[in-house]
Amino acid sequence: MSEEITTDSQSWITPFNVIAGIIILVGLIITVIRFTKGLGAVTHLSNDNPWGIWIGFDLLCGVALAAGGYTCSASVYLFGMKRYHSAVRPALLTGFLGYFFVVIALILDLGRPWRLPYPFIIGWGTTSLLFEVGLCVALYLTVLFIEFSPAPLEWLGFKKTRNIVVKLTLLLTILGVVLSTLHQSSLGALFLIAPSKLHPLWYSPYLPVFFFISSIIAGLSMVILEGSLSHKVFHHKMDETHLSECDPLTLGFGKAASLVLAGYFTIKVIGIAAGNHWDLLSTPYGLWFLVEMLGFVALPCFLYAVGVRDKNLKLIRGTSALTVCGIILNRLNVSVIAFNWQLPMSERYIPSWMEIAVSVFMVTLIIVFYKFIVTRMPVLYEHPDFKNSH
Amino acid sequence: MSISRRKFLAWLGAAGIGSMVSRDAGASSNKHFRGYPKSSGVLYDMTRCVGCRECEAACNKVNSLPAPDKPFNDLTVLNTKRRTGTDAYTVVNKYSGTRHDGPVFRKIQCNHCLEPACASVCFVRALKKTKSGPVTYDESVCVGCRYCMVACPFDIPAYEYNEPLTPRVLKCTMCAPRIEKGQLPGCVEACPKEALTFGHRDDLIKIARKRIRKYPERYKDHIYGEHEMGGTSWLYLSPVPFKEVGMREDLGETPAPSLTSGALSIVPMVVGLWPVLLAGVYGITKRKEKIAMEEQQTAVAEATEKADHEAHLKLEAAMGKAKKDKETAIEKAIKKALEDVAGAEPDKEDS
Ligand code: SF4
Ligand code: SF4
Repeated sequence: MSEEITTDSQSWITPFNVIAGIIILVGLIITVIRFTKGLGAVTHLSNDNPWGIWIGFDLLCGVALAAGGYTCSASVYLFGMKRYHSAVRPALLTGFLGYFFVVIALILDLGRPWRLPYPFIIGWGTTSLLFEVGLCVALYLTVLFIEFSPAPLEWLGFKKTRNIVVKLTLLLTILGVVLSTLHQSSLGALFLIAPSKLHPLWYSPYLPVFFFISSIIAGLSMVILEGSLSHKVFHHKMDETHLSECDPLTLGFGKAASLVLAGYFTIKVIGIAAGNHWDLLSTPYGLWFLVEMLGFVALPCFLYAVGVRDKNLKLIRGTSALTVCGIILNRLNVSVIAFNWQLPMSERYIPSWMEIAVSVFMVTLIIVFYKFIVTRMPVLYEHPDFKNSH
Repeated sequence: MSISRRKFLAWLGAAGIGSMVSRDAGASSNKHFRGYPKSSGVLYDMTRCVGCRECEAACNKVNSLPAPDKPFNDLTVLNTKRRTGTDAYTVVNKYSGTRHDGPVFRKIQCNHCLEPACASVCFVRALKKTKSGPVTYDESVCVGCRYCMVACPFDIPAYEYNEPLTPRVLKCTMCAPRIEKGQLPGCVEACPKEALTFGHRDDLIKIARKRIRKYPERYKDHIYGEHEMGGTSWLYLSPVPFKEVGMREDLGETPAPSLTSGALSIVPMVVGLWPVLLAGVYGITKRKEKIAMEEQQTAVAEATEKADHEAHLKLEAAMGKAKKDKETAIEKAIKKALEDVAGAEPDKEDS
């Protein structure tokens, strides 16, 4: 990540390009195997473990970590934190890319991906939470696309269209929050159907609420983390506004994340109390649960608070990375680690290297596209023709 | 403004109300569905099963499944625990360490739940509970998401993982096509011991009760499937606790759809309430901004006025001072002049 952007005169062969190239090549080869030999040839999925990390990481984590889009635009346009408006575009971009590649990953995972529109044309399986997830993700991807479109439109010089889209900002933001609330929570609700398979410490009737609240945490933390990373890499691409807004934004979002984490911790505890599962805390799974709760919820909550009090930006940025890890851990716990916990070890699911490679492939594609776009379009800076026209 | 505590609490409150609403909705939708009247089912009596695998062979034949590695009359297969798969819609497992003298055999296949988890989660409705009893699958619409497999509490559906482009979800169909033609399901017809009885579910429950009443020492007083997960079309009688033959007794009696109905009922709430609340928040923010702006303007105006006033005072003071200075200067000058004059006179007088 620390590598400098190549200018046209420089060679294409940079460490970043080489590594990304290899990953993409491997990913493409696995994709070909998937579509010629089937899922069985590349994954360790089984009849007992029908969902692996392509769902647990690519879908669940992908959507949660792409929550920066709605969290950020809601804070700026609805909650009046206008002074952070320079963070909205990069957040919308990562949001859009995140969702886009969630769909790409699904194409590999689904048996017959070209039938993806079937639920909305033929089936209408409205009793399924997956239906809700699918519908909301499809709509939200469109909303994100429109929300982000002013950047490419400015780049291409389509002034009129751009101005029309900008006028829709408020409407799109509200729509984005509604759709995000629905599908972020529904992703948790997917697992409500399987109380007999998911460990009781993670299973809760409040799963949708947990997923929704933690998506806000993920969104806030991702905006901080992304900001600090692109600050290092794309520093020269940022304009005055962007550079000057970055530090107060880190403080503001850090404070918000600390508060939401505190609330999240509380409702998780309420969840255990409601299920009366205290005795399970002393089992191995209970200890693992405590690791998640103390190490990845309580600790970041505390560290964010300290960072904000001491105005320690470094600490806040580090904490955002810790929080993001915590979100990933939580999603994997629900979908893979604590799922099917009653099966003997020999029947449990452990991802194959090819499954991991495809997940890395997806992340790489997101980074490559992000890089491609921010080095060309007005994302980290304001287009000179459109200054102060937000 | 960063997020204030009050805003945050309001969000939490909203989330809380959401979940409360969901619980109520879940409870009210809990009307007891007792299955379609006159729907069919199968009663499986483990005390009669001898583990001959005839049912497995028949299932293989009527469904044209691939030939197994070991022939069906090879009973050593029973020594390993198996589950249903794409090549076997039903399997028989042997359980030796039970309280029973001698092994107990247990046949596994789709239980054809009255309110199936698999069908409720299928987002294209490829899986359906038919009025006549079987839970059927429509290959022509299935997307292959495998959510049905995640949802099935009995771990029944199997997936063609090695089919690259046309993978299907496969499971027992209760031989729906045969039933339609008035035939018995393959396994029921093949069973030499009459361990399997096909009939209307209501009648089967009566038969099962009768057997338990007649031979209380032979049966556990429990018809598995009568209430499990809201009831299933396949019913079981056992000589030992069901737990000992690998059947889960912790599934509860809640039918699968009511596990998710709460979450689904939130949808209209979110769609209806969120925009209103968010627009409200936006309005408040706007108003606050406006007030802040006005306050700022008044403050600026006041400041300017004050500055003007002060400048005025200063000017006056300065002018006053200047006047005074001037006056003193004049006085001084006069005095000096007078003194000069006075001093000069004696000189004159002297000269
Ligand atoms: S046993 Fe499983 S596959 Fe069969 S109907 Fe019930 S939920 Fe569906
Ligand atoms: S795999 Fe097919 S049958 Fe199963 S839930 Fe998905 S679409 Fe429905």
